[in-house]
Amino acid sequence: MPLSTNGKVPSVTFQLNGKLIETRGDETILQAADRNGVTIPRLCYKDGYRPDGNCRVCMVEIEGERLLAPSCCRRPTEGMKVASASDRAKKSQALVAELLLADMPSQGKSPYRSESELDRWAAWLGIEKPRFSQREQWKPDLSHPAMAVNLDACIQCGRCVRACREEQVNDVIGWGGRGEHAKIVFDLDDPMGVSSCVACGECVQACPTGALMPSNGVGLVTPDKKVDSACPYCGVGCLLTYNVKDNKILYVEGRDGPANRSRLCVKGRFGYDYVHNPKRLLKPMIRKEGVVKTTELIDPDAMWDSFREASWDEALDVAARGLREIRDEHGPQALAGFGSAKGSNEEAYLFQKLVRTGFRTNNVDHCTRLCHASSVAALLEDIGSGAVSNQVADVAQADVAIVIGANPTGNHPVAATFMKNAAKAGAKLIVMDPKRSDLARHATYYLQFNGDTDVALLNGLMNVIVAEGLVNEDFIRERTENFEALKVSVAEYTPERVAPITGISAQTIREVARLYATAKAAMIFWGMGVSQHIHGTDNARCLISLALMTGQIGRPGTGLHPLRGQNNVQGASDVGLIPMLYPDYRRVDNPDVRAKFEAFWNTKLDPKAGLTVTEITNAAYDGIIRGMYIMGENPAMSDPNVMHAREALVKLEHLVVQEIFLTETASYADVILPATAFPEKTGTYTNTDRRVQLGRQALDPPFDARQDWWIIQEVARRMGLDWKYAGPADIFEEVRLAMPSMGGITWERLERESSATYPLRREGDPGEPIVFIDDFPRAGGRGLFAPAKYTHADEMPDQEFPYIFTTGRQLEHWHTGAMTRRASVLDALEPEAVVSVHPDDLSALGIEPGGVITLESRRGKISAYARADSGVARGTFFMPFVYNEAAANLLTNDAIDPFGKIPEFKFCAVRPSKGEKVAAAIL
Amino acid sequence: MDTIDLINVNAPLGTAARPASSGDVARKKKKRREGRGRPVDPAALAEVRALLGGEPRRRDHLIEHLHKIQDRYHCISAAHAVALAEEMRLAPAEVYEVATFYHHFDVVKEGEERPPAVTVRVCDGLPCELNGARRLLALLQSGGYGDKARIVSAPCIGRCEAAPAVLVGQNALGAATVADVDASLAQSRLTHPIPDYIGLQKYLAGGGYRMLKDCLGGARNVEDTIATMESSGLRGLGGAGFPAGRKWRIVRGEAAPRIMAVNVDEGEPGTFKDRWYLERDPHRFLEGMLIAGWAVGIDEIFIYLRDEYAHIRQILGDEIAALQANPPVPLVPIHLRRGAGAYICGEESAMIESIEGKRGIPRLRPPYVAQVGVFGRPTLEHNMETLYWVREILERGGEWFASQGRNGRKGLRSFSVSGRVQRPGVHLAPAGITVRELIDEFAGGMLPGHEFYGYFPGGASGGILPASLGDVPLDFDTLNSYGCFIGSAAIIVLSDKDSAKDAALNMLRFFRDESCGQCTPCRIGTAKAVALMESGNWDRPLLDDLSKVMVDASICGLGQAAPNPFLCAMKYFPGEFA
Repeated sequence: MPLSTNGKVPSVTFQLNGKLIETRGDETILQAADRNGVTIPRLCYKDGYRPDGNCRVCMVEIEGERLLAPSCCRRPTEGMKVASASDRAKKSQALVAELLLADMPSQGKSPYRSESELDRWAAWLGIEKPRFSQREQWKPDLSHPAMAVNLDACIQCGRCVRACREEQVNDVIGWGGRGEHAKIVFDLDDPMGVSSCVACGECVQACPTGALMPSNGVGLVTPDKKVDSACPYCGVGCLLTYNVKDNKILYVEGRDGPANRSRLCVKGRFGYDYVHNPKRLLKPMIRKEGVVKTTELIDPDAMWDSFREASWDEALDVAARGLREIRDEHGPQALAGFGSAKGSNEEAYLFQKLVRTGFRTNNVDHCTRLCHASSVAALLEDIGSGAVSNQVADVAQADVAIVIGANPTGNHPVAATFMKNAAKAGAKLIVMDPKRSDLARHATYYLQFNGDTDVALLNGLMNVIVAEGLVNEDFIRERTENFEALKVSVAEYTPERVAPITGISAQTIREVARLYATAKAAMIFWGMGVSQHIHGTDNARCLISLALMTGQIGRPGTGLHPLRGQNNVQGASDVGLIPMLYPDYRRVDNPDVRAKFEAFWNTKLDPKAGLTVTEITNAAYDGIIRGMYIMGENPAMSDPNVMHAREALVKLEHLVVQEIFLTETASYADVILPATAFPEKTGTYTNTDRRVQLGRQALDPPFDARQDWWIIQEVARRMGLDWKYAGPADIFEEVRLAMPSMGGITWERLERESSATYPLRREGDPGEPIVFIDDFPRAGGRGLFAPAKYTHADEMPDQEFPYIFTTGRQLEHWHTGAMTRRASVLDALEPEAVVSVHPDDLSALGIEPGGVITLESRRGKISAYARADSGVARGTFFMPFVYNEAAANLLTNDAIDPFGKIPEFKFCAVRPSKGEKVAAAIL
Repeated sequence: MDTIDLINVNAPLGTAARPASSGDVARKKKKRREGRGRPVDPAALAEVRALLGGEPRRRDHLIEHLHKIQDRYHCISAAHAVALAEEMRLAPAEVYEVATFYHHFDVVKEGEERPPAVTVRVCDGLPCELNGARRLLALLQSGGYGDKARIVSAPCIGRCEAAPAVLVGQNALGAATVADVDASLAQSRLTHPIPDYIGLQKYLAGGGYRMLKDCLGGARNVEDTIATMESSGLRGLGGAGFPAGRKWRIVRGEAAPRIMAVNVDEGEPGTFKDRWYLERDPHRFLEGMLIAGWAVGIDEIFIYLRDEYAHIRQILGDEIAALQANPPVPLVPIHLRRGAGAYICGEESAMIESIEGKRGIPRLRPPYVAQVGVFGRPTLEHNMETLYWVREILERGGEWFASQGRNGRKGLRSFSVSGRVQRPGVHLAPAGITVRELIDEFAGGMLPGHEFYGYFPGGASGGILPASLGDVPLDFDTLNSYGCFIGSAAIIVLSDKDSAKDAALNMLRFFRDESCGQCTPCRIGTAKAVALMESGNWDRPLLDDLSKVMVDASICGLGQAAPNPFLCAMKYFPGEFA
């Protein structure tokens, strides 16, 4: 925890080395000294961490005190006289450094990093050869692919322990033993590589001597440059610094961003060498004449059998000509585009503008359809806005937080750290999920309810809140409508009725309902476990109703937070990469809105809402859509019932794919345009918190790969559009003109501050981290209660397919694996296709843990390794959809939610069998 | 679980991709089976659940639960550690670090040998060492006990009056011989006989708990009671000597709920007074404790007892239960907590950490435990003996206690006397008595053939004084100018057959072994001091330098006082350095 800089603490005046100093806030002697240019050595102290005061190198002399005091922990009092450079203080500082140096390898400089803090302070204190003998040394532990543990350089300062336990709350590192044998340990003093370490690397970032360092000896290499940027992976939006040498990323450090406070996860810290992967696409490619498309994936090693190299001019001409001809021959509705939630706001904006003004259709969508479309549908319907009401870090203000249908420790790891911090500080977490995640250990209540019964469970909670008179009547009266209908609807969902459906006892349902309803401030987080059902919109409606009926919204520590998946899924949606919405969520079928955009873009626009992802796939399958432009999306892996999607892609007459690798989807391309990876470009990205953040280019793109915005523009020009954007800053200017909600955010401000929260309408505004304080952006300003009935999944288990199959993600991999399976550390950590199975189910099926299991649904069949996981409910198989050798989506059901049009990735029926062979990955 | 070869998987400098290694293959197989970390073994989990029964799974019970596993299985297997973590919703590292901090838990991982069912602990404290403990240890270690018993040396077990002392299981043997140990093992006498003490009925018959009833019944008021304690001049008898009455007043002034923590972790080498009193009159302590609880407004009491005193655990457990079954007054919750072999837990804040189920790591002050103690609540912490005197002081008046004393000092002190004297034991004597008077009047004089040479006035921490300073009054404050202190009043008497240098080394080894390891000056300082002292020819300027950082910059009293033995040896026994 950082020291409070709470302005309420009265300042005091004290003397430091004879100089009068007035304190600011709650600062320590060390902080006051730093602010006044007085140097005091420190080792166990790390800015932002709880000061621990164990190393004793920062000792100062305080007049009237018998002993010296650690300046990192002591707060000055009025009139205190402190000496940091007295003989006595200096003596202790120097001896501490000498004792620590005596135990270093060779009693000298750290062999593991060139900027060891101990070396620096020892030199500052004038320590040369230590006079003491060296300790018996620890052996190195090099078992982890990403980090080297060399405890012979450990000074037992415990920064790594605080990193692991107090910052990230992963609780892997401990202090084994005691006294001179006290040792940093992982789990039960296990090798790091087999421990429960999640490789967030916070310990490495915290270590002052290099005892914990990234592998590859990078600590001894001086980077050419450090580039402040952002993480390309999830929606948390961590800010970071790329350390670059010879156009390669040496290592990455977390930066003190508002969403990550210098924290990162394994992907954001160690998941970067995909950009240097030898299989990057380096030249434009065109499908060879006569090579027929089949549903078979193309092995990148054999791609020259199917494609030929082309110049950019030729490739762009062919790409655009194909699209143009289809448009002109079959009409605009025969075209569609999938943009990317991984690209920048500027790229997404250009992409939707190209489809709307160049293709002349609204058939543009992206993977938001597959993740939170139902959440957004419910949010827009009930409270008028699809974005989060409160930011993740606001959980620190909450007394209670519900986390439902989400696995943040795996999928939003840094967001999860804030939830765990809150739990450690006394907030009560209520985790509801059929699959137990690491977060459950920190929860006051963990409800492992039966999959697919969300509506029953949530209606049960609301039933209790109504029945026990725990509703917030003032809030309901003043700020909502349609409560009576909801009340009637939840009346039948008594805890006793809901208990057998959900598997959660009536008593627990009552306790949880009371806890949430009576909290001073309670927040709700949810993920795809809520949204990816055919009743996903109903699930989200229930969560919204829960917040509305208790008035748990519009204040700090309250509200609704659907955790966004991709780093820019929020931004891509904001800027209109959605078939029915223009930038800023304005409906394409509203004539007034359309007129404005027709004027803004100076062209006629399609008045009809476009097709969504799954609808586009079906339309392609049916031959209605004939040409597509897909940028940075991978429907050949990510769509449900993916063989159907692959068949649809095969049927396309013309497919342009803009990618950095030969993805599964690129197997079906006619033209492939080699694009840039995140660290190779500059742009803005909007995180789950509505923070617009700047990613800066750190690397030159490899060989002939080009900037994505440039590629889109070149296609647009060849489609007849007169575009002359000069670059991301130029495009951003148009984006903010198109979007009043972020109209006040300037490029200069982002360059200066890296991050700004919208709504931010006028330049200079601070931004609004909490929204809906006074009203909801619906007509009349009231929130709507939308009652929901409990229904079943589309495909229930039966005699033929008796088990439940559910999909999701895992910590080490990103979605369809295009990046992470080509990142060496991540691949080393999770190299193979695994299905998580309850150990008792494994026994029942006669399969050994680690053995091969084959799963078959009505749509497909896959084989993978069976991993024992007691967190999975019995009768259920869980699988990440990242492995193309056993693509989970070959099994999933493409039934969709009627409102959000989101497929039911979370529930289908399968039949297991033992054995068979796991296919080889195609990478 | 597979052990991964510690092959260097690091790629050459600056290369982006890493090559595969044999470690990858093992990890891959592990990941197929179980993912990250150690899976919970269902059988071990069932065993842990059976052992824990209906006991709370709260974190502060971790050490208690580890004892249950250690007692039953004679070790903490990795499977049990992981299962216990699962059951208590802790991380495996949280269980492991606590289990490995305390001497009395044996964590045994896959492929490691389980210790024998019986552990024989041979005390290596100075009084025992003076009485042949090393020889006894060597004999036992070469005794071929095999898997029947394991022989280890142990820090002071608090039986210095009967040196050399040995624990066979939980059975303490005084003036122990190999034959005694063999007999205990052969007859499976592994628990200590319960001495004949004053039980509840007898204590009540002698007027016991009348004072407590008076207090709670309104016959006495809090203000007068605290005033009496203040006027008695009673100071904390654990060693720090903070005035008891003033402490009551301070904690009473803090916000409720308030907690009391009683320190019976008597571990200072040479000290055994708390054991001595509890073996005789436990209710006198309990009554004092309850009176203090009433006066200060305490809501919950924790008694922290060192694990070596198993028979006291039985006595206190039985007598607290008897009291709770027939409470003379309404009682607040009383918890008896079991230490696990860590001298540092006698330090008040380390004890609080241990009560909370953690490693015994002293806390930085401020804040003081009176403000922020057990579970973050204001805490009244007392040594057992301080509370032991409460009843008598209230019965006889503060002036009675204050009128005791000699050489201008006030009060009584329970001296734990050991070493080269005729009658070692606990001797209640006037505060301010000199060591020569104590030896002659109370301890029966020096052993035949031994000439008084020097003494430790306050256990391991209080320094060493030469015979020439044998006439200094022994009390709080009187020894400060000599660089010494009385502490827990553990007097270890050395004779002309002994060496201050050797005695100092014994004590430094103790400090090294018992340092919690938290702060640099103590963790490394004690180890370097031992290394310098073991080299025979002490580097006296370097030791002097080292002592400065240890005294000035250590977090707690252990590190601050640890240099006292070698500083005194160099200062007062120059002859040994000739």
